[in-house]
Amino acid sequence: MLLIRCPYCGERPEIEFRNMGEAHILRPGTDASDDEIADFLYRRSNTKGLIAERWRHVHGCSRFFNAVRHTVTDKFVSIYKTGEPKPDLTALAASLNGVARS
Amino acid sequence: MHFSYLSLIRQAFAANAGWPRQWRDPEPKPAYDVVIIGGGGHGLATAYYLAAEHGIRNVAVIERGWIGGGNSGRNTTIVRSNYLWEESEALYDHALDIWQDLSQVLNYNVMYSARGVLMLAHTVHDVQSSKRHIHANRLFGIDNEWLTPEECKAFCPPLNIAKTIRYPVLGGALQRKGGVARHDAVVWGYARAASGLGVDIIQNCEVTGIRRDASGAIEAVETTRGRIGAKKVGIVAAGHSSVVAAMADVRLPLESYPLQALVSEPLKPIVPCVIMSNTIHAYISQSDKGDLVIGAGTDQYVSYSQTGGLYINNATLEAICELMPTLRRVRMMRGWGGIVDTTPDRSPILSKTPVPGLFINCGWGTGGFKATPGSGHAFAHTIARDEPHPANAAFTLERFRSGRLIDEAAAAAVAH
Amino acid sequence: MTAPFRTASGGRIKRAETLSFSFDGRPLEGHPGDTLASALLANGIHLVGRSFKYHRPRGILTAGSEEPNALVTIARDAGRTTPNLRATEVEIYSGLKASSQNRWPSLSFDVGGINDLFAPIFASGFYYKTFMWPKSFWRSVYEPQIRAAAGFGMAPEKPDPDRYQQRYAHCDVMVVGAGPAGLAAALAAMESGARVIIVDEGAEFGGSLLTDTSARIDGKTGWHWAADIIMSLGLSDKVTCLTRTSAFGYYADNMIGLSERITDHLEVPPAHAPRERLWQVRAKHVVLATGALERPLVFPGNDRPGVMLAEAARTYLNRYGVKVGSRVAVATATDSAYQAAIDLKAAGVEIAVLVDVRPEGGALVELAREAGIRVELGASVCDTVGRLRISSLAIGRIGADGRATRFETIACDGLLVSGGWTPTVHLYSQSRGKLRFDAASQTFLPGVGAQAQISAGAANGTFGLESVLNEGYAAGEAAARAAGKKTFGAKTFSAEATDAAPAGTLGALPTDRDPSRVRAFVDFQHDVTAKDLKLALREGFRSIEHMKRYTTTGMATDQGKTSNLNALAIAAKELGKDIPSVGLTTFRMPYTPVSFGILAGVARGDMFEPVRQTAAHASALALGAVFEDVGAWKRAWYFPKAGETMHQAVNREVTAVRQTVGLFDASTLGKIEVVGPDAAEFMHRLYTNPFLKLEVGRCRYGILTKDDGFVFDDGVVGRIAADRFHVTTTTGGAARVLSHFEDYRQTEWPDLKVWLTSTSEQWATFAIQGPKARDIIAPFVEGIDISAAAMPHMSVRGGTFLGVPARLFRMSFTGEFGFEVNVPADYGRAVWDALYPAVIAAGGAAYGTEAMHVLRAEKGYIIVGQETDGTVTPDDAGLAWAIGKAKADFVGKRGMLRADLVAPGRKQLVGLETVDGTTVLEEGAQITPVAVPAKRSHAIGHVTSSYQSPTVGRSIALALLENGRARHGERLYVPMPNGAIAVVVTDPVFYDKEGKRLDG
Repeated sequence: MLLIRCPYCGERPEIEFRNMGEAHILRPGTDASDDEIADFLYRRSNTKGLIAERWRHVHGCSRFFNAVRHTVTDKFVSIYKTGEPKPDLTALAASLNGVARS
Repeated sequence: MHFSYLSLIRQAFAANAGWPRQWRDPEPKPAYDVVIIGGGGHGLATAYYLAAEHGIRNVAVIERGWIGGGNSGRNTTIVRSNYLWEESEALYDHALDIWQDLSQVLNYNVMYSARGVLMLAHTVHDVQSSKRHIHANRLFGIDNEWLTPEECKAFCPPLNIAKTIRYPVLGGALQRKGGVARHDAVVWGYARAASGLGVDIIQNCEVTGIRRDASGAIEAVETTRGRIGAKKVGIVAAGHSSVVAAMADVRLPLESYPLQALVSEPLKPIVPCVIMSNTIHAYISQSDKGDLVIGAGTDQYVSYSQTGGLYINNATLEAICELMPTLRRVRMMRGWGGIVDTTPDRSPILSKTPVPGLFINCGWGTGGFKATPGSGHAFAHTIARDEPHPANAAFTLERFRSGRLIDEAAAAAVAH
Repeated sequence: MTAPFRTASGGRIKRAETLSFSFDGRPLEGHPGDTLASALLANGIHLVGRSFKYHRPRGILTAGSEEPNALVTIARDAGRTTPNLRATEVEIYSGLKASSQNRWPSLSFDVGGINDLFAPIFASGFYYKTFMWPKSFWRSVYEPQIRAAAGFGMAPEKPDPDRYQQRYAHCDVMVVGAGPAGLAAALAAMESGARVIIVDEGAEFGGSLLTDTSARIDGKTGWHWAADIIMSLGLSDKVTCLTRTSAFGYYADNMIGLSERITDHLEVPPAHAPRERLWQVRAKHVVLATGALERPLVFPGNDRPGVMLAEAARTYLNRYGVKVGSRVAVATATDSAYQAAIDLKAAGVEIAVLVDVRPEGGALVELAREAGIRVELGASVCDTVGRLRISSLAIGRIGADGRATRFETIACDGLLVSGGWTPTVHLYSQSRGKLRFDAASQTFLPGVGAQAQISAGAANGTFGLESVLNEGYAAGEAAARAAGKKTFGAKTFSAEATDAAPAGTLGALPTDRDPSRVRAFVDFQHDVTAKDLKLALREGFRSIEHMKRYTTTGMATDQGKTSNLNALAIAAKELGKDIPSVGLTTFRMPYTPVSFGILAGVARGDMFEPVRQTAAHASALALGAVFEDVGAWKRAWYFPKAGETMHQAVNREVTAVRQTVGLFDASTLGKIEVVGPDAAEFMHRLYTNPFLKLEVGRCRYGILTKDDGFVFDDGVVGRIAADRFHVTTTTGGAARVLSHFEDYRQTEWPDLKVWLTSTSEQWATFAIQGPKARDIIAPFVEGIDISAAAMPHMSVRGGTFLGVPARLFRMSFTGEFGFEVNVPADYGRAVWDALYPAVIAAGGAAYGTEAMHVLRAEKGYIIVGQETDGTVTPDDAGLAWAIGKAKADFVGKRGMLRADLVAPGRKQLVGLETVDGTTVLEEGAQITPVAVPAKRSHAIGHVTSSYQSPTVGRSIALALLENGRARHGERLYVPMPNGAIAVVVTDPVFYDKEGKRLDG
C-alpha cells in the first residue's frame, strides 16, 4: 500500500485514493478527427519509467491532483495540483539517474 | 526424443542420462522471415503454428529473460470460453477446441483438466447477466449451463450457499469444458515443438529498437545480442507491449497494471472445480499439486513492479473465506504479481498495425492464459497471410478508432 | 514418568509440570515450553511425516520455522483443524492432538511409499512426458490419482469458528527478530525515546541466545542478559514486544505485515481472544535482525529420520533438555557443529564420529578431540542406512579428484549435519533491496537498499556474538536517528561465545557412488535430488527459475529456506558459472505461511461489506418485505402477503399502482446537489439534454454519456433555483456519477463556479404513484399547491411534508400520475409510516423493485445496466429526443459520432410479444430470424427485460434488436433448449402510449 502525499491533506495511505489514469490528456473539441478522439479516449503512454498521472483523494478532501511516479519502483517523484503544468519527464528522469536509485 | 512410456522406462534404466534438451539454444541468425518479440505462451504458440501450419520455419522468438517468465508463468491457469460477445466466443472457443488435444499434438502433457468453471451469481443483476451469457453461449455452441444454489453446492462441496451470508449464492453458470491447465507446461511444450520445427528460441535477448526501411516497413530489430533482420515482426510482449510498440512509434490503447495471485499450502483435494465470483471478486481452483490457486482484481495504478499492495490480498481472501468458510485456517504459502496489459474494452488486440510488417498480439489483461493456443494459432495466420483468421478478425487496433469495441466488462455493470 | 530422551536437568522447559498430548493417537507427555518437535524427540520419536512425491519417511530437520519435513495437523475440533503446521513451531498444551499427514494407512506403513520404488521413472518433470495416452485417462484416471497422492493435510470439514483481528500501527523503529542483534537494536532505539515495535516468530525472545548456553555478555549469561533487556523493553510504554509474531511481508513505503499467533498455544483459549492478528505496521525505519539459517548437507540418504541440523540438535538439548539420540554422528563444513557435538557429548550423548569435509577442519578441532570426540577431517558421508530411522552412515575420505573413498560404516541413531549458515535476507529482498554475493562467505548479503531499513547481525553476514551485539545496537541507533530521534552514540558490548561462521560448503558432497544414480536430497519436502536438478539442466532448463519450476525445488511450504542455496550451487557447478551469474529466484511474501483468516479479518457475514439500509428499512422489514442486494444496498424487492408467491405479490403491487396508488421507497437513488452561478452551464455540458433553459421549478429526465458516447447513467433532474439543481442518479451509479462530475468540474472546467455535494443519504425518497396519489399526499403537504394546474408533470416544489422540509417532485417512473417526495433522511421512516396506512386505506399497496421494474417496462422505460450494457448509445435506447442537437458540445457529443456508433444495423430498443401471449421470455435470451438456428449462428438481438404484465394481461419483453425500429411487426424467434419461442417485434411502450395517465 503506497503512501501518497495529497497536496491538500498530506501523507495518507493509498486506500484513501483512487487512481484516475494518465494526466494531461486534453479533451478535444467536437471537430476532432477520429484519431484525435481515439487518442483522447483510449491511447495511453503506459510508460515504463516516469508517468504523469491523476489521483483523487476520494476518501479525504475529494480533490483531484497530479503526480509523477516511477512505474518500476512505484515511488512518487513529484506531486502537484491540477492545472499546474506537466513537469518535464525527460529532465526529471535524467536528474533521477544522477542520484543512486534502485 | 518422442515422449512415451517406453522412453520413460528406457531412460529410467539409463539414469535419465539420455534426455536431450527440450529446445535448442541457438545463436541468433542475421535475419529471419519472422521475429516474434516475447517468449511467453502466446509468442511461442505463434511461432509453433507459423512453422507447423504455414511452413514458415525461419522464425525467431526473442525473449528478454527466460521463456514463460512473464504472465505465462504467473497466472492462475483458468481455461474457459463462456464469453458474451460472438467475437469473443469465436476467439476463446477456438482456443478451447485446440486445448482438447493439445497434449497429444505437442507430445507434452499440458495437464488440461476440464474440471468445470463455475461463475457464481449473487444478485438479481448477476443472474440476468449470467443467463444472458448462457443463452448467447448456447446459441454459439459453447457449453454453459445454469445451476441452482443446491446444484452449485453439489458440484463444489466447500461452497457456502447459506441464504444468510452477505451476498448469498443465487446460482451459477457452469462451463464443464472449462478448467485449468499447467501453465509452464504450455510454454515448454510449445517451445519444444517449435524448436523441433526449426524455430530459434533466443533467451536473454532484449529488444532495444525496431528498425524500419525507407518505406516505413519493418526491416530489423535491434537487440542486446545485436541487430536481427526481420521481414515481419510480431509483438507478443504482454505487460511490456506499450514499451516495445513505442519503438516503432505505435501508441497503443493499453495500460499495464499489477495483478496479484497467491497459492495456499498444498492440501488433499478439496476444491474440485474452478470457482469465480465477479460480485465479491475472487477466483479459486486447486492445482494437481494440491495448492489452492487464488486470484482477484488488479491494483489500481499503472506499474511494472510485479508487486502490489497487501490490501488486495486481504480483499481477495475476504471473498474466498466468505465463499468457503472452511478455508480460514488454510495458509497462504506464496503471493506474487504479474503485469497485465489491459485495453479499454477488456478484449485483446490481435492485429496488423499501421506499420507494414509489424503485427501485435496484446491486451489480454487478466485472462490471456486460456486463449494461448487459439491466440497463437490465429496470430500465426494473421502474420503468415497478412490477413486475420476468422477467430481474430474483430480484434483489431482499428476498433478503437471506429468505436466497434468488444466490451466484455460492460456487461457486468450494475445499476437501477 | 520422564520421557526417555529428556535430560535430567537444564533447558527452559518447566519440568515440574507435565502435559499430556497425543501424536497419531499415541498418548505422550511433555512439559510447558516444549514444542511438539521437542516433546516427540524427548519420547524418542523422529519419524513425523512423509515426503510429497516418494512418500519417504521423514524426521525433524530443524528447530524452527524453516522446517521442511515435520508437518502435522493439529485438531481441536472439526472446525478448528489446522493442516500443515510445523512440529517445530507448534507449542504443546495439555490435550493437544497432533497427527501426521500424507500417509495411508499409517505413518510407519504408508502404501504411497511404493512411489519410492519407481523413483527412477519419477524423475523431475516426468509427468510432462507421460499420462497422455489414452487421452481420456488424464481426467478420469491419472489426474485423480496424482491429486489424491499429492497435497499434505486436509482442509477442515467445518467452518472455522475462531475470530481473527487486524490492526494498523505506526512506529519509529520496527525491529524484526529478537535475537542478540535485534534486542540490542531495540535497546538503542528505546534509549532514544523512539516508538519501537520488536517482533520475533518464536515463543520467547532471545533467538540464538536461547540455544547458546555458553554465551557471556557483559559478565552475564546470555539468558540473563536477554532477560534483562526484555524486561526493560517490556517496561517501556513506547516499546511493543510481540512474540509468536512473524514479519511475513515487506511492502512499499516501509509497511510491514505481521502475523501474530495469539491462542494456538493455549489449552483453553480465552473466550473473546482472536486466534491470530494481522498487523500492518508503517515504520519510519526498519531494523532487519532476522538471523541466519543453517543449511543441510547434500549426500546420498541425507533425508532419513534422525538426520538433523547440528544447531537444531543443540537447541533441543540446551533449550528443551532433549537428547536427539543415544549415539549420533556429526557431519559438518562449519565450526558451529563442533560446539553442538561438544554440548551433546557433555550431556551424555555418544558422538560416533564427527566428519568434517574441510581438510584442515576449523578452530574447534582440538577442543572436540579433547572432549573425546573422534574427528575425521577431509571426509564425507557416502551413504546412510535405516528405513524409519537412520541406523548407520558410511564415511569416506575425500580425494583430490573430488570423489570420496569409503573407509568405514558407523552405527548411529542420529546424524547431525551442518553445511554452513545462510543469512536470512528474505524481507530485505522483499523490500526491493539489491543483494550482493559475498565470495568469502559464499552467501548473498544485503547490498544497496531501496527503503528506509538497515540489516544487522547474521542477517547482514555478521557473525561473532560481540560483533553482532555491537552492530545491532548501532543499527538501532541509526534507525532511531533516521526516524528523527536524538541518540546517544554507540555502545559496545563485551561478549564471549562459540561463534558460528558463515562459511561452509554448498552443493553436493563428494561420494563414492555414481552421482547419477544416488539420491542426495536438496529439497526434502518436494523430494528434489541433486540428480533431478542436473537432469533439468540437461534438458535445457538453465535459468534458475526454469530449474525451480521444472523440478519444483524451493516450491514447497518452506519455500526453499534450507534448500535454495544448495540447489543454486549445484546448478552453478553444472553450468560452469559462478553463483551470482546464475542468479537467485525471487523472494516473495509471505516469509512463512499466513492464515487466510487474518488476511480476511473480520469480514464475514454482515461484516463482509457494510449493509446500506434506507431510512424506512425497518418498516419494510416489518411488512414482510423480501430484499434484494443492489450494490451495498438492501432494497425491498416485493412485499408478499401471507401465502402469496412472488409473482402474485408483484401482480398485486402493479395492479394497485395502476388502479389506486402505490408507495415505493426510492431512497437508494443517488442524489447530487449542484450549486453555483455556473450550475446550469455545468449541467448543460454534462448531460446530452439541454439544461440552460430549464425553468426553476421544472424537472427533466437527463441522459449522461461519457465522452465515448455510450449511455452511462440517467435520472431526473430538478431545477430548485437558478443556481441550484437536484440531480438523481441510478442506485448503482451514485458514486461513479459523482466522480464523473467532479472529474469534469475539477480538471476540465475549473473555471466554472459550481459545487457538488452528494445528498444520497441526506434525502429519503418515496414515490407515491397512481390515480389516487394526490389524495394520499394532500393531507401531509404544506406550502405547495399540488393541483394539476399549479404543479404540472415534471415539476418540483419546496415545502413541508408531515411538517418537515421537503422537496416534492411531480414525476413518474411508472407511467401513472404520481409524486416523489424527498424528506430529510432522519424523518424518512416517519414519513413512510404516515404514508403507508393512507395508501392501504385507499386500497393501494407498497411496491418493491420488482413491481417497479414491471411498471416501467410496461411503459418502455429503460433501466441503465439492464437495457444498456455500456455499448448502447442514447439513440440505440430510443432516447434520441434527449440529445440536444443544437448544443455546441456536451460530454459524449463527439464520441457518439464515431463511425460504428452511427453505422446502420445497430441494435435498437424494441418491444417483444410472444405469439402465445403467456410464455414469459427469459431475460438474456437471444433472438434469431429462424426457429432452428445452426450452431454458431449470429444472434440479431437479445431480451433485456421480460415480465408477465398484469396490466396488459400478457407477457411483455424489451429487447435490443438489430435495426429494431424498422422491424416492428416482424416475427422472430427466441431459441430455447426445448424449442424456439415465436415473438413479434413491437413498439417498446405496451401501455398508455399517449401518456394520458400521467395527467391523473
